[in-house]
Amino acid sequence: MRNPYRTQNIAFFFLFLATLLIVIPVGLIIVIIIQKGLPAINWQFISDIPRQGMRAGGILPAIIGTLYLVTGAIIFALPIGLLAAIYLSEYAKDNLLTRLIKLAIVNLAGVPSVVYGLFGLALFVVFLKFGASILAGLLTLGIMILPIIITTSREALESVPYSFREVSLSLGASRWQTIRHVVLPNALPGILTGTILGLGRAAGETAPILFTVAAFYLPRLPKSIFDQVMALPYHLYVISTQVPNVDEKVRYGTALVLLVLVLFMNLVAIIIRYQFRKKKKW
Amino acid sequence: MVKFEIHNLNVWFGSVHAIKQVNIEIQSNEILSLIGPSNSGKTTFLHTLNRLNDLDRSYKMSGRVELEREDIRAVDIEELRRKIGMVFALPLPLPLSVFDNVAYGVRMQGERKKKKLEEKVENALRQAYLWEEVKERLSESAFQLSGGQQQRLCIARTLAVGPEVILFDEPCSGLDPISTAKVEDAMVRLKQNYTIVLVTNNVKQAARVGDKTAFFLSGELIEIDKTDKIFTAPKDKRTDDYIRGKFG
Repeated sequence: MRNPYRTQNIAFFFLFLATLLIVIPVGLIIVIIIQKGLPAINWQFISDIPRQGMRAGGILPAIIGTLYLVTGAIIFALPIGLLAAIYLSEYAKDNLLTRLIKLAIVNLAGVPSVVYGLFGLALFVVFLKFGASILAGLLTLGIMILPIIITTSREALESVPYSFREVSLSLGASRWQTIRHVVLPNALPGILTGTILGLGRAAGETAPILFTVAAFYLPRLPKSIFDQVMALPYHLYVISTQVPNVDEKVRYGTALVLLVLVLFMNLVAIIIRYQFRKKKKW
Repeated sequence: MVKFEIHNLNVWFGSVHAIKQVNIEIQSNEILSLIGPSNSGKTTFLHTLNRLNDLDRSYKMSGRVELEREDIRAVDIEELRRKIGMVFALPLPLPLSVFDNVAYGVRMQGERKKKKLEEKVENALRQAYLWEEVKERLSESAFQLSGGQQQRLCIARTLAVGPEVILFDEPCSGLDPISTAKVEDAMVRLKQNYTIVLVTNNVKQAARVGDKTAFFLSGELIEIDKTDKIFTAPKDKRTDDYIRGKFG
């Protein structure tokens, strides 16, 4: 006869093993980056321009560049993505066209980032004549993260209980008032999760900015959104493969700064989300 | 006075014929109970009156529903829903404070003044016999209240908008007997000022509070009469069977 406790233990063992297998690589990456990168971190590293062909000095222009690009991409993509998500989940009729649009958006989230880079190059850099610039870069990144934001926002909106909408409408609120005062506040945590995912993606991608904004070596801060700028992921690629004799700790230091930067930006969203989750009870 | 006149109402959801050829007059200041087994069209009928069915894309209707001799399809839908309040089967507070729940509908009409809002909220809570229990807890989350309190909160929220008609959709289905008694008590007192339509799965509740009772079966209105008549001498055998608990 089968022993139910033994089968349960075996199941638990495999579930635990799977979890462990995920945690170990993530933990290792973080540990290694911190271990090798921390010695490079000092005030000069984060506040100075690169010197001696990027072998010394700091990485301030790349930090600023990434901050600009990510913030700009979110400012561009979040409102548009949210409005599109509201339209799709609350207003659009459920017909073939809407379903096709939804399918297309989901699939766009899986398009390789280099394709977005090429698209940004063709549309923003060449056709709209923005040149290789912060504007072209943030728009390209924004378009890349739009599908993520739309998809997660839509799911968040649709997960708000239908009964809340009925209650609001039954009290004489209009559809827009219902969306604005009942649906949106309760969907906000989910929308912010999408924003966090998009933000991380925008901060880490190299290919889209490679074609549209990123400078190989530009040891000064940008003056306008039509300037080129250095960015952390591309800078990391450059000092790891294109420039000989860069100290290992500089490379890992750059990676660490990128990691902390993304974490910091996510933290803002996480705190807002936490505040809203405290209120959400059903 | 006749509040609602329903002529030859038919309702479909896709190919499902949910309400068949129903004619009813609903008098003001009176409680009309709708009884009948599940899926007999009671809730659909209720949702026709405040046009909540319109949310369903497969919904179709024919016939006429008149509120004070005006076709409800001709009235502005938000205005109609302010006139016809609704209390749902489960207590459904919005994830807001007690105060904000009651103030919700009033705020949506554009009222911003704190004084006015406080006045209306207190008034509505008093009418729903909840004020004494929650006057110290107005800023707490509505989810902190007990089930019965939540349902009376929902009644207060509906009253705050200033309706003429209140639709109750099995308002006591999730409540214990004591909370049920309180809600029923509130309904009976409310009929002095409002027209009430009550859907209930509890035949005894219809007998207790209804002035008139209508029996629905598979989308048809089988019988409507004074409540005592329905419960003592129903004309149709199916009504008799149902109230005696022989089916349903």
